[in-house]
Amino acid sequence: MTVLSKINCEKKVTNRPVVAIVILIGGLIALLFALATSISLGAANIELNTVWSAVFRFNSELTHHQIIYELRIPRALVGALVGAGFAVAGSIMQGMTRNPLAGPDIMGINAGAGFAISIAFAFFPDMPYKYLMIFSFIGAAAGAFITYTIGSMAKGGLTPVRLALAGTAVGTLLGSLASGISIYFKTAQDVTYWFAGGVAGSKWLNVQGLLVWIVIGLGVGMILSRSITVLSLGEETAIGLGQNIVLVKTIGTIVVVILAGAGVSAAGPVAFVGLMIPHITRFLVGMDYRWIIPCSAVLGSLFLVSADILARMVNPPAETPIGVITALVGVPFFLYLARRDGRDM
Amino acid sequence: MEDVKVFSYKQMISSKKNKVIKLTGIMLLLLIATFILSMNLGVIRLSPWEVTKTFFGFGTHKQQLILFDFRLPRIVIAILIGAGLSVSGAIMQGISRNPLADPGILGINAGAGFAVVTFILFFTRVANQSIFLLPLVALVGGFTAAILIYTLSIKNGAVSPVRMILVGIGIGMLFNAFILLFQMKMQYHQFMSAAIWLAGSIYGSNWKFVLALLPWILILLPYALYKANILNVMNLGEQNATGLGVMIERERFLLSITAVALASACVSIGGGISFVGLVSPHLARRLVGPRHEYLIPVSAVIGSILLLVSDMFARQLLAPNEIPTGIVVAVIGAPYFLYLLARSDS
Repeated sequence: MTVLSKINCEKKVTNRPVVAIVILIGGLIALLFALATSISLGAANIELNTVWSAVFRFNSELTHHQIIYELRIPRALVGALVGAGFAVAGSIMQGMTRNPLAGPDIMGINAGAGFAISIAFAFFPDMPYKYLMIFSFIGAAAGAFITYTIGSMAKGGLTPVRLALAGTAVGTLLGSLASGISIYFKTAQDVTYWFAGGVAGSKWLNVQGLLVWIVIGLGVGMILSRSITVLSLGEETAIGLGQNIVLVKTIGTIVVVILAGAGVSAAGPVAFVGLMIPHITRFLVGMDYRWIIPCSAVLGSLFLVSADILARMVNPPAETPIGVITALVGVPFFLYLARRDGRDM
Repeated sequence: MEDVKVFSYKQMISSKKNKVIKLTGIMLLLLIATFILSMNLGVIRLSPWEVTKTFFGFGTHKQQLILFDFRLPRIVIAILIGAGLSVSGAIMQGISRNPLADPGILGINAGAGFAVVTFILFFTRVANQSIFLLPLVALVGGFTAAILIYTLSIKNGAVSPVRMILVGIGIGMLFNAFILLFQMKMQYHQFMSAAIWLAGSIYGSNWKFVLALLPWILILLPYALYKANILNVMNLGEQNATGLGVMIERERFLLSITAVALASACVSIGGGISFVGLVSPHLARRLVGPRHEYLIPVSAVIGSILLLVSDMFARQLLAPNEIPTGIVVAVIGAPYFLYLLARSDS
């Protein structure tokens, strides 16, 4: 490591708890507004005070109340949970690997989960949601394992470029297997809709399933956050400080697989949330993962709920796939990262 | 003393040449063998004798129909696409001096695919009637992607290969998102044909497709071969190449156009077939070394064999149903790519 980059590293080690608290509180308030907007928007426009009364004085005789309760609220909540899951998965990965391009989308995790789900669609079309989630976890774990192992087998370890290349290749492989299976079993259109990503059609069932896993993932992530901060300073530093890095990395990976796998099972492989939000969060709150993890959860929720609102507003009454919206925002960000770091990768 | 040295050097060159000629011969024989095998296979099996008989005009009407109208165009298309994508990959690896460059990974295919899907969606009738337009449409998409990738990779007036690959991956994701967007708008039948096309399929090919693709291959392949020496010099590095009198920017520009045009024309007919452009130049380099006058023809032949064999699997694996050829290619190609990646130096 040259002197210059060392100085850079030292400069980057900052911590801004005040900013973090502002983001947490402001973000949660903004999230509440976004959720309310998301609930009131749709084919039948419902006013905000109807939303209010549906939540606090629910009356099953009113159609609007039913729409809100059965369709709109689950959709908004699933969006929030999925956004939080992807964002936290991304920040844990970027912290553990110190790799700016790490994230569930680039690392083949989403592709793995997607592959597992397209198998489920073809062979067990009536699979209940809770088993579908398990399927998704297994696929996510497999995708991460293949990408990570192959990327780090080469001399010089897992550089960002290798990670991106291995992830792209694993993604292409699993994606084409998935499309082969779905074309053969004539589930292609279902699978593509699902791949496009979206939270429309979410039910309370999905909210319940997601809530359990996302809360577990976030909780364990918070417990781990101190260790991740240490690990993000470099493996040697972490070992020197007496950390059991194998244990931390194993638990961290399991958390990532759970968070991303649960997200994919509910909303499809929505890309770029897990890549982008952690970068923005780190830029705002500094290097302490005790703050990064909760802040990125809030910002991820906010981002995905807003993206879902946008998806409904671009071309009504048709819905734009949410994956397209996140890609439109995410690709320029990815290109920015590639241009910024492209030379030392 | 000097004479001896020159002599041995010449001898070395000529023995290398012999080896290359032998290898090319073996490859061509392999290609012919696959060609014949491919003609025999299918839902209705034709014995080698029947194929030969039909080939020379002595078969029954039905046999002639199967062979000339269904199997042969498909086989020819596979050979052309395999050759075109491989040479495109060989050129890209040559000019970027990056062994992992490939039109699929760099997002060129996604750009071409996006243009074709847009065209199919908005001009369905025109697209069905005039297949000859598709390569041109794909070309526009491929070039748009290439220009975007190139300009976005420039930083401080220089293009680093690594940055170019990352930018290519990003641009590919962007175009794929747009493809997805348009796919959502399609009717079921449009959707299925687009899905199968995107997965990379060469079935349903007829002689029209061959005619649409052939001119591109016939012009661009010899041109690439003609530029082989320039590619060799480029491999020595920019400064050496300039020192040897190569106008590097101009040549790189011309060769890039050639590579993008080849890839786009192939994508317009074959859809998203990735990894051929990556795998065959690598295998060829192992066999005949890095000199492009050998590398280009050998990788073209290897690419043809690869695609032809993949297509046979695609037809036979789940017969009578077909799987898109691109899927078989990806199943063969992606592991090889990952293997290369795992062995690469930083």
